[in-house]
Amino acid sequence: MEKNDDYFYIPQLKKRNRNGKIFKWVCASALISALFFLFIFLFDMVRQGYPAFTQAYIETEVTFNEDLKSNPYSAFDSDSFSIISRAWMRGLPRMMDEDPSLKGTEQKIWALANAEVDQYIKGHPHKLRDREQKIVDRMLEEGSIESKFNVIFFLTGDSKIPENAGFYSAIIGSLLTLLVTMTIAVPIGIMTAIYLEEFAPDNKFTQFIEININNLAAIPSILFGLLGLAIFIIFFGVPRSSPLVGGMTLALMSLPIIIVSSKAALKSVPATIRQAGFGLGLTRWQIVRDHVLPLSLPGMLTGSIIALAQAIGETAPLIIVGMIAFVPDAATNILEPATVMPAQIYTWSGMPERMYIEKTAAGILVLLTILLSMNGVAIYLRKKFHTKW
Amino acid sequence: MEQQNININVAKREKDNKDLRVKVEARDLDLWYSDNHALRNINMDIYEKKITSFIGASGCGKSTFLRCLNRMNDLISDVTIKGKISVDGHNIYAPGVDEVAVRKKIGMVFQQPNPFPKSIYENVAYAPLMHDIVKKGSDCDELVENSLKGAGLWEEVKDKLKEPGTALSGGQQQRLCIARTIAVKPDIILMDEPTSALDPISTQTIESLMLSLKEQFTIIVVTHNMQQATRVADYTAFFHLGEIIEYNETEQIFINPQVSKTEQYITGQFG
Ligand SMILES: Nc1ncnc2c1ncn2[C@@H]1O[C@H](COP(=O)(O)OP(=O)(O)OP(=O)(O)O)[C@@H](O)[C@H]1O
Ligand SMILES: [Mg+2]
Repeated sequence: MEKNDDYFYIPQLKKRNRNGKIFKWVCASALISALFFLFIFLFDMVRQGYPAFTQAYIETEVTFNEDLKSNPYSAFDSDSFSIISRAWMRGLPRMMDEDPSLKGTEQKIWALANAEVDQYIKGHPHKLRDREQKIVDRMLEEGSIESKFNVIFFLTGDSKIPENAGFYSAIIGSLLTLLVTMTIAVPIGIMTAIYLEEFAPDNKFTQFIEININNLAAIPSILFGLLGLAIFIIFFGVPRSSPLVGGMTLALMSLPIIIVSSKAALKSVPATIRQAGFGLGLTRWQIVRDHVLPLSLPGMLTGSIIALAQAIGETAPLIIVGMIAFVPDAATNILEPATVMPAQIYTWSGMPERMYIEKTAAGILVLLTILLSMNGVAIYLRKKFHTKW
Repeated sequence: MEQQNININVAKREKDNKDLRVKVEARDLDLWYSDNHALRNINMDIYEKKITSFIGASGCGKSTFLRCLNRMNDLISDVTIKGKISVDGHNIYAPGVDEVAVRKKIGMVFQQPNPFPKSIYENVAYAPLMHDIVKKGSDCDELVENSLKGAGLWEEVKDKLKEPGTALSGGQQQRLCIARTIAVKPDIILMDEPTSALDPISTQTIESLMLSLKEQFTIIVVTHNMQQATRVADYTAFFHLGEIIEYNETEQIFINPQVSKTEQYITGQFG
């Protein structure tokens, strides 16, 4: 050990160091509490949502006869009748139509159990009567009730019968809406940003426009819904509830965000690069196209994707343009009525049946997964197109 | 020591000071940045295939005048320019003259090396391709090679033309910028403090490069380095508060200044 002398002594140093440390810990604890809440939220969603990914099925005897066509319920005895999903029973005639060889035979098939049975095996509160409960217990022992992966959730639309309700039409609705939003907002937004940043003269008028674009980015989204209702539906007669009107409304909302972030991306390209181009006698368009855009593209893409991710999670403006409708069948084009993921989640969250609670959480998980993957794509694109200089 | 240097230069220049031809003429040039009168009544003849340097204290308008010569000031909003600048007798500010065409004839090299974030090859090839000076292929390769040779960079980069120009050293980047400029085949090259961001060795390289380039190009250089002006410039203009105080052969300016302000500046009494 060397001798510790006073040569490097500064009177307040201890106190200064201590203040620095305290501040560091205050900031760190803010981060920790934010992470803590995020973790609680995710944990709770997964806890509530994961049961929705399995569903109870009952192995049962079905007699495929002519009666079944007019009255599918008749194919079951009263025991199974009370625990099998009505929606599934109603699908039997179609099953017979699709496979005529079934006609006149007796088959053992896995039938979808109704919501109460499902909730009972998952250990959730349920409304099974004692008699039904006994039947289910017996079947559980025999192994003729099983929890299987819930394909229905991913392959059907909404339903008033909880075990038959799925997220499919909402996913499709969201994708179609997003497609419309993207097609409109991304090119218009990016081109507006290029014009404002690279071509527009810097005068009072463009400054006024820029300030207002910044203001638009801060407008509550529900107002865009009202605007969409007034302009697109009432004035232009775009079909209500359609992905087209929803997409256009969201495009209005995303536009300012895309413009602002694209402008920032263009601004971050050093002015010396443009000067170099001008010094060589290049036109503004050549400089922008070949030197400025490649450098700002990652930033523009990231900004656009984040704006779109925000749009996909948006509920309020879409409710106003009618995208909260009950939509059992997925839209096949952008003019048919559709619903979107957040609206579906919102609808389910207000349903009285117990099973919709887990569907709500599962819907949130699906939405979060899609949002996270979009952000992942944004990060990937930014890395991929990043040019070093 | 400095005196000696200048004497050598004088001897060297005597030889090539014959048959002068005026390349650029500035007449009654005034410039305002909104209401800041930055250039006052500039009248100047700049000679072909000579190096002319602009010296003067910071903020006296050297860069502003340089930017007038290839209409780079058009890019700044709220600039008013009065007067006339002609190149080979043609007014570059005449109505109908496209500033892009002016800048093709009058190239510019900046203070900070600013290669495009692209490969060395593309840095040189891009503008000639855009100007249709060459087509893609062997012609273009040849032009790139000649330009890089002209800028004295070829030997250092011939094996890594595909690497980014931004990965070179500062001095190499500046030579790349010069190569890029001469590839467009301008008549005049403007240089705004081209070595002020460089180390002494790179500065020396660029200076000898300038001396070799004046065989083909008229070079106008802004510099804060008085030795540099004496080393490279045939003519020197001293700017003060937006005016040209004195403009003459470099040795006259440094040995025998006619105006006391010039003398004060070159002897370091202000600036
Ligand atoms: N883009 C601009 N906008 C407004 N005023 C400017 C601009 N560029 C320069 N000026 C002003 O014009 C005057 C001359 O500036 P200029 O850049 O030409 O000086 P300079 O001689 O090149 O100085 P330095 O040696 O520091 O580069 C200064 O008063 C400066 O403030
Ligand atoms: Mg300057």
